[in-house]
Amino acid sequence: MDFQPTEEQRDLRAGVRGLLAARYGREALRASVESEVCVDRDLWRRLGDAGFFALRLPEAEGGVGLGLPEAVLVFEEAGRALVPGPLVATHLAAGTVPGAAAGTAVVTASDLDGSLVAHWGEADAVLGLPGFASTPAEPVRSADPLTPLHRVASAPVPGAHRDEGALLTAALQVGSALRTLELAVRYAGEREQFGRPIGAFQAVKHLCAEMLVRAEVARTAVYAAAVTGDPGETAAAKLLADEAAVRNARDCLQVHGGMGFTWEADVHLHLKRAWVRAEQWRTAAEAEELLATDLLEGAV
Amino acid sequence: MDLTPTEEEREFRARLREWLAKVLPELPAKPSPDDWPGRRAYDAGWQRRLYDAGYAGLHWPVDAGGQGAGPTRHLIFLEETERAGAPYVGANFVGLLHAGPTIAAEGTAEQRARWLPPVLRGDEVWCQGFSEPGAGSDLAALRTRAVRDGDEYVVTGSKIWTSHAEVADWCELLVRTTPVDADTPKHRGITWLAMPMDAPGVTVRPLRTLAGSTEFAEMFLDEVRIPVGHRVGAEDDGWRVTMVTLSFERGTAFVGEVVACRRTLGELARTAKANGRWDDPVVRRALGRLHGEFGALWRLTQWNVGESERSGGVPGTGGSVFKLAYSHARQELYDVAALVLGAGSLALDEEWVLDRLSSLSYTIAAGTSQIQRNIVAERILGLPKGR
Repeated sequence: MDFQPTEEQRDLRAGVRGLLAARYGREALRASVESEVCVDRDLWRRLGDAGFFALRLPEAEGGVGLGLPEAVLVFEEAGRALVPGPLVATHLAAGTVPGAAAGTAVVTASDLDGSLVAHWGEADAVLGLPGFASTPAEPVRSADPLTPLHRVASAPVPGAHRDEGALLTAALQVGSALRTLELAVRYAGEREQFGRPIGAFQAVKHLCAEMLVRAEVARTAVYAAAVTGDPGETAAAKLLADEAAVRNARDCLQVHGGMGFTWEADVHLHLKRAWVRAEQWRTAAEAEELLATDLLEGAV
Repeated sequence: MDLTPTEEEREFRARLREWLAKVLPELPAKPSPDDWPGRRAYDAGWQRRLYDAGYAGLHWPVDAGGQGAGPTRHLIFLEETERAGAPYVGANFVGLLHAGPTIAAEGTAEQRARWLPPVLRGDEVWCQGFSEPGAGSDLAALRTRAVRDGDEYVVTGSKIWTSHAEVADWCELLVRTTPVDADTPKHRGITWLAMPMDAPGVTVRPLRTLAGSTEFAEMFLDEVRIPVGHRVGAEDDGWRVTMVTLSFERGTAFVGEVVACRRTLGELARTAKANGRWDDPVVRRALGRLHGEFGALWRLTQWNVGESERSGGVPGTGGSVFKLAYSHARQELYDVAALVLGAGSLALDEEWVLDRLSSLSYTIAAGTSQIQRNIVAERILGLPKGR
C-alpha cells in the first residue's frame, strides 16, 4: 500500500497543468466570459490530442489506457483552471460517441435533476440521448455565465455513468477549491490594511486555514474513491468536494472584501460553477442518503 | 496511488487478528475510570502482552527496542486493535506517543537504552510537563527555571494539565535554562529534561475535569534536582526537541480513535434503526454525512502516513490539518449521537457519557484549533506572522 501519487502520475498532472496554463490562462477565461462562447473548440481538440478525453479508453481502441486515479488528477487541473464545457460528459462518451475521444465532438449529459441541461446548444451529442437535435429545448438564463442552460421536456439522467460522473465532477470541484485557496492566500499576503498585510490578522488566517483543511480532506476522499471505485467513497468524495468548492469560493470572496464582489474578480466564476457542479450527477442529499445506507449495511 | 495491501501487510493483519481473538477474552475486567492505580495496572498488563507478542514499538527503530516496521504496519496495528475492541494505549500514552519517539529521535544511545525498553514493556509510565499556569497554548511562555549546579539542574516552578501525573514514573519536562530578555526570542533558552516523579520537591495535585475524572493534574516543583545526564538534546535546544514531540502528537496520536469513531457511528446507525429515529431524514442524513467524513479522515491518515514514509518517518505539518478536521468531526459525532438517542443520551452508560464529555477537550488539547489554524496559515500557506 502506497497511497501517494507515482512519479508518472505527478508528471501527468504537471503536463496538464502546463498545457492549461499556456492555453487557458486568466485572459482566455475572461475572454470566454466576454464572448459568451463557453466551449472553445480549438482548446477542446488540444485537450483531445493530449489524451484528456481518451485517458481511460484501452490502448487497443486508440486510448491512453489509464485509470480513474489518473483521470481525477487531470480533472483536478481542469477544475483549477476553470475550463468551461461538458468535460466530464465528453470524457464519459469517449469510445461510444464518435469524435468524443479526440475532442472533435462536444458531448453533454442531462446530469442535472429536473429538466435543465447544460451546454445543450453547443453540444454535438447528449450522452445516452440519440436524436437530441430534434428535441425541443428552450434557453434559460444561467447563474453561471460559462454554463449555458436549456430547459427540455424530458431528459433522462444517464444512470450508467452516475458514479464516474460524480467522481470526476468532484475532482473538478477539488481543483476549484484549491485554486480559490491560492487566490485568497495571494491576496491576503499582498493587500495591506491598518499598516500590514491582511494575512497577518488571525481572522483572515483562520479563514484560509479552514479552506485548506476542507480542500485537503476532500482531495484525499476523491483520490481514495478513484483508487477503490467504491460507490460509498465516491458519494463521500462528491459530498465533501462540493462543500469544499462552494465554501472555499465564498471564503475567498470574503477575503477579497469589496473587490471580491465585483465582476472583474474571478472568484464569482468559481462560486457559480461550484453551484452548478454541486447539482450535477449526485447532490448532497443523495450522497448522504447513500452513505447512510452504506453505514447501516456495513454496521455489524 | 495504491491502497491495495502488499502480501506482507495482508499476512501481518491476519496474524494480528488471530492473536487478538485469542488474547482479548483472557483480559481482566476493566477498572473504573477513577481507579488510577487499577487503570495503570490494567494498561501495563496490556502493554506487556503486546511486548511479549512482538507488537510493542512496531514502528520504532530496532536500536530503540522497536520492530523497525514502516508506519503502514503501525496503521494496520491501530486499525485492527481498535476494530477488535482492544484496550487503548491509556496511561502509556505519553511514553509511547510523545516521550518515547522523542528520545528515540533525539536521545543518546545510553538514554535510549535506559528509558525506551521500560516504556515498551509497560513497566514505566510517563507524563508530560509542558504546559504552565497562565501560559495556555503559548508553550514558549514557560517560566519554570532550571539553574545548573555542578552535575545537576535545580528546577523550581509549576506545571498544569499534566496527564497521568498521578501514576507516572517519569515526566518529560520543559524548563527555562536561559532567562528571557529583550534580545532573545522566548523559544530560545528552553531545555528538555527527563524528571523522575519521585524526586524530592515534586508535588502532584490532581485536577477534576468536567467529565468528573482526574485525567490530569497540577504539579509543583520546589528545587527538584535532576542530573544533567537526564537532558535530551542540547541545553537551550529544547524548543526544537519539543517540536519533534509535537509533530508526533499531531501526526499519529489520534489515529486509533478515528477507527473507534467509525465503529461508534455503526453502533449509532443500528440504534437509530432500532428506536425509529432512522425514519427521520435529518438524523439519517447527519449519520450518512459523518460516515463520509470519517471515511475521508481515515484516508487522510493513510495519505499522511504514505507521505511521512516517503520523507523518512517524521510526520510533517499535515498533522495540523488532520487534527483540525478530526477534533471537530469528533464533537459533531456526539451531537449526532444525542440526536439519535434523544433524552436517552442523558442516561447512557458511563463510557458513552465520558466519551461525549472528553470529546470537548479535542479542540483544546495539543494546541487549540485556533493555534492549529495559525500553524496551517503560517507554516503551510506561508501567510505573514502577526496577531
